Amino acid sequence: MDITRFIPTNRKLLLVGLLILIIFLTTFPLYSKEYYIRLMAIIFMYIVLAVSWAMFSGPTGYMSLAPAAFFGVGVYTAALLYQLKGPLLPLPAIIVVGSLASFTLAFLTGLVTLRLKGIYFAIFSFGLVVFLKELINYLEIHVSKVGGRHISYVSNTTVFYILLGICVATLLTAYFIRRSRLGLAMQSIGGNEEAAAHMGVNTTRVKILTFAISAVFMGAAGATTAPRLVYIDPGLAFNVTYSFIPILMAVFGGMGTLYGPVIGAAVFAYTEIRLRQQYPYYYMLTWGIILIIIIFFLPAGLAGLIPKLRDRLGGPISKLRKGGEAEEHAHT
Amino acid sequence: MHILEGQGVTKLFGGLAAVSNVDFHVDQGEIVGQIGPNGAGKTTLFNLISAALPFSSGEIRFKGQKLNGLKPNQICQKGVARTFQQTKIFADMPVFQNVLVGASFGTPNRLSQADAAREASQKLEFVGLSAMSATLVKDLTLVNQKRVEVARALATKPELLLLDELMAGLNPTEVSEAMELVRKIRDEGITIFMVEHVMKAIMGICGRVMVLHHGEKIAEGTPQEISCNKQVIEIYLGEEAHAGS
Repeated sequence: MDITRFIPTNRKLLLVGLLILIIFLTTFPLYSKEYYIRLMAIIFMYIVLAVSWAMFSGPTGYMSLAPAAFFGVGVYTAALLYQLKGPLLPLPAIIVVGSLASFTLAFLTGLVTLRLKGIYFAIFSFGLVVFLKELINYLEIHVSKVGGRHISYVSNTTVFYILLGICVATLLTAYFIRRSRLGLAMQSIGGNEEAAAHMGVNTTRVKILTFAISAVFMGAAGATTAPRLVYIDPGLAFNVTYSFIPILMAVFGGMGTLYGPVIGAAVFAYTEIRLRQQYPYYYMLTWGIILIIIIFFLPAGLAGLIPKLRDRLGGPISKLRKGGEAEEHAHT
Repeated sequence: MHILEGQGVTKLFGGLAAVSNVDFHVDQGEIVGQIGPNGAGKTTLFNLISAALPFSSGEIRFKGQKLNGLKPNQICQKGVARTFQQTKIFADMPVFQNVLVGASFGTPNRLSQADAAREASQKLEFVGLSAMSATLVKDLTLVNQKRVEVARALATKPELLLLDELMAGLNPTEVSEAMELVRKIRDEGITIFMVEHVMKAIMGICGRVMVLHHGEKIAEGTPQEISCNKQVIEIYLGEEAHAGS
């Protein structure tokens, strides 16, 4: 009897795996503790940030340090619309407004800054975060005379499902952009921008468009996460760690693939939260050591482990398959 | 018919005139060569045509239409494609994807994805790289990288092709192959304007040659005329040419 018939092909395995994952995630809040629902929501948020960052910065090579700006705009838009007395708009509408605000900001800053190259673009995008924080701080103190804003409660389960939805939307967008003309244009810009322009790519338009698209998801994540923060001030909303963590996650997971940043964000967020809770004094130290080990041994990130594992495990399996085929041939 | 025509083309870098008041033209179906010592302004002239650099003054017309003020991507879509002296390839992308960029974005009328892919594989076959279509361009030899650049430029369906030192750094066999390739491109009905230091190539394939020196056009004519021109010999060979004559 041929046992290899029961070893599924990669494609089938992937589809079954995805189906199980979807069922698991959609039913997760039905049987989980509140703590784990919150934990998953945080993981989703980081997946959105890491994937949408890698969507633009991965292929084009423009290192954006602006995720915190777009995330913060989403958070602050929600804070303004979702007041303690009750929301001015229903939650989905607030999220749409938050993402549109981020889109507009990215579009306008893109017009000005995407002419900058290399480190200058990185510095400007970082400056944008600091500038927005200070600007809104000034406005809150001198104009609206509010130190911070409280937000009314939204259940963890609602936040969970909305973030799951945004997560799926981000992944689908990233997937289709990679396979589209736009993806090819972005790659050519990353490869050699001057040559891309001379081959007919409208580099300015491609860069601004994809920069703004990636900001939509960051804004949406911000607007959804805002109620979970309960109290919001400019320092919390425009916290620069929201720029650095998603980049670390994407690099940690591996930027060459779509699933790299997803794995990076999931593993990174989970271990970080658990380490912080269990070893509040040592977690930074442990965490730093883990990061160094990963970067040292896996320069392609965690995603780089998968082909290695496949080679290890796949070798014997494909040998079995080939053996089976050869036997069949022998019989005929 | 003049497919490309420049009048009083000038480019100043600060006080230095890299290209100074140059008039030139290229006729449909010609192979025109551009020679001159290093720093003569040959590549700068190409950069002005392809809009990599803005003009200081003068104008360039392609098929009677002014190119001034257009962006590089628009010039490419109008039908002027180019290669680069220092190859500018998409190093981390496979050969096929490099050429696909040209076919997807550079053509005058936008092609469907299937047509662009067909165009790209045709051009790879044309330059003889079909077997390497999945190889990353950074892993190719210099001559093959240059072929990728040519295929990528051809995939934009140009009427005029600017070749910037295609033969530089190639060995004699490769030079002969490249000359054959240039003739083959011309036979496809594409006009060629090329900068070249390899004299064998200039003498062998160009119908007409123009000579730049310190940004000025100092001579123009058939390769034979140019090779006998006293001023050109002086520039290229220096004073000793006189001693010998």
